[in-house]
Amino acid sequence: MKDPVAPVAHAVEIRDLHKRFGRLEVLRGIDFAVDPGQVVCVIGPSGSGKSTLLRCVNLLEQPTSGRVVLEGVELTDPDVDIDAARRRVGMVFQQFNLFPHMTALQNVMIAQRRVLRRRASEAERIAREHLAKVGVLEKASFYPAQLSGGQQQRVAIARALAMSPALMLFDEPTSALDPELVGDVLTVMRKLAEEGMTMLVVTHEMAFARDVADRVVFMDGGVIVEDGPPDQVIGSPRHERTRSFLRRVLDPTHTDV
Amino acid sequence: MADQSTTAEKPGPAGPRARRTRLSPRKRQRVSRALQYLLLVAVAVFLVLRIDWNSLAQNFAKPEVAAEAWPEVITVALKNTIIYSVGGFVFAFLFGLLLALMRMSSVPPYRWLAVAYIEIFRGLPALLIFLLILFLPQALPGFQVPGDTYGQGILGLTVVGSAYMAETLRAGLQAVPKGQAEAARSLGMSHSRAMISIVIPQAVRIVIPPTTNQFVSLLKDSSLVLFLGVTSEYVELTKFGNDLASTHANATPILVVGITYLLVTIPLGYLANRLERRQGRGRR
Repeated sequence: MKDPVAPVAHAVEIRDLHKRFGRLEVLRGIDFAVDPGQVVCVIGPSGSGKSTLLRCVNLLEQPTSGRVVLEGVELTDPDVDIDAARRRVGMVFQQFNLFPHMTALQNVMIAQRRVLRRRASEAERIAREHLAKVGVLEKASFYPAQLSGGQQQRVAIARALAMSPALMLFDEPTSALDPELVGDVLTVMRKLAEEGMTMLVVTHEMAFARDVADRVVFMDGGVIVEDGPPDQVIGSPRHERTRSFLRRVLDPTHTDV
Repeated sequence: MADQSTTAEKPGPAGPRARRTRLSPRKRQRVSRALQYLLLVAVAVFLVLRIDWNSLAQNFAKPEVAAEAWPEVITVALKNTIIYSVGGFVFAFLFGLLLALMRMSSVPPYRWLAVAYIEIFRGLPALLIFLLILFLPQALPGFQVPGDTYGQGILGLTVVGSAYMAETLRAGLQAVPKGQAEAARSLGMSHSRAMISIVIPQAVRIVIPPTTNQFVSLLKDSSLVLFLGVTSEYVELTKFGNDLASTHANATPILVVGITYLLVTIPLGYLANRLERRQGRGRR
């Protein structure tokens, strides 16, 4: 560990992270860490910077300042091989972002082949393994357009897992799904959490956060307002902003006072 | 007829005339359509009576002259037209892709060069470019376009086509959702790997219909090879037709050649249309 402020080996550690889009400061100093095997859910109103935070962790967005350290490697160091670092981080997007010109199987194989340089037979074996794990093996030869949203998202999870990541990022993975398909995806994520995968999940699924997360982080206005075990943050929030957000999410028809 | 009473509420100078011409909408439509047919028939009768059909047929559709064109119109002229236009298309596509990538480069001089090239060669008549190519060996002593006339013709079509192709391909590349490149990068692919494996294949699919149309337009522009001073083995359709027409002082070969163009361009147009419709259905 070359990071002096991290005596324990964090899976990912974020220090004083700022992100500005022009004059809009989306992240205003974020500090937090995820330990190996931990599942952390990030909740908060839209525009609070949750997705931007997630996208800064694998540098899809370049932070304006601050540090992101993944397994002791500082990603924000300009000399770091960002492509190599990203291999260790899997990402699942709200809009799935499967490659539409490839079958489900090819989607899961392409990066194994082109990035990890695995042999075709090995890549296919691993791809089928992960497709089976997320329950869409029988759809291996289908194109994304032929799959339901829930199936597409599970293929996307398999695609990320096939790279053997140390950390999985989920950016509102169920927000674009029809309500009856949400459960399939959440079940896969729960299984992944039980297997000890380190996960950082931006979500609006409060039940999932409460049941599966080791920690819940509430963000608002580009800062972390509250960070603690789910029972505390969701069950008995300390801050008024958290309370009012949860009231709106858990009881949408109830008008705020 | 039934609404005659309503005309009564509009008296004044326009009143009587309005009443005379007032027809029901259905009748008015019928009269207007009849007039249109009448006009068509009148023009047809006029043409049939005024045109000397015999002389027309002698000049444009003389069977003996048409037979002269056979089989060289296909084995030489069409073959060469296709060599010029397919060659031009392939190089225009590759060079156009390079220009499109330059146009989107993060290094400004590449963008400037690409914009300058595109603006210049889209703005010039194709014929002018062919005439310039004719003077290339003089301008650059010792330089010879490889492949003789084929090379010159293909070069001309490449210069013209690549400027248009660059803009089409850029539109195609930008039509690929940003999330595709992000997903590729998040899997550890480098920028160029993501372009080659993920973005460009999708962009090419998007631009197939417009590039088919561009191929048709290159096929027609290949007629400009006429101005390169071509020997008989290199003639394409237009020059072939023109030469034969002068020999016989008869326009029939030009008509034959025209039909040959249409035999290629019309099916291609339909193909482009079908591809476009299929694509519209394929994506979500």
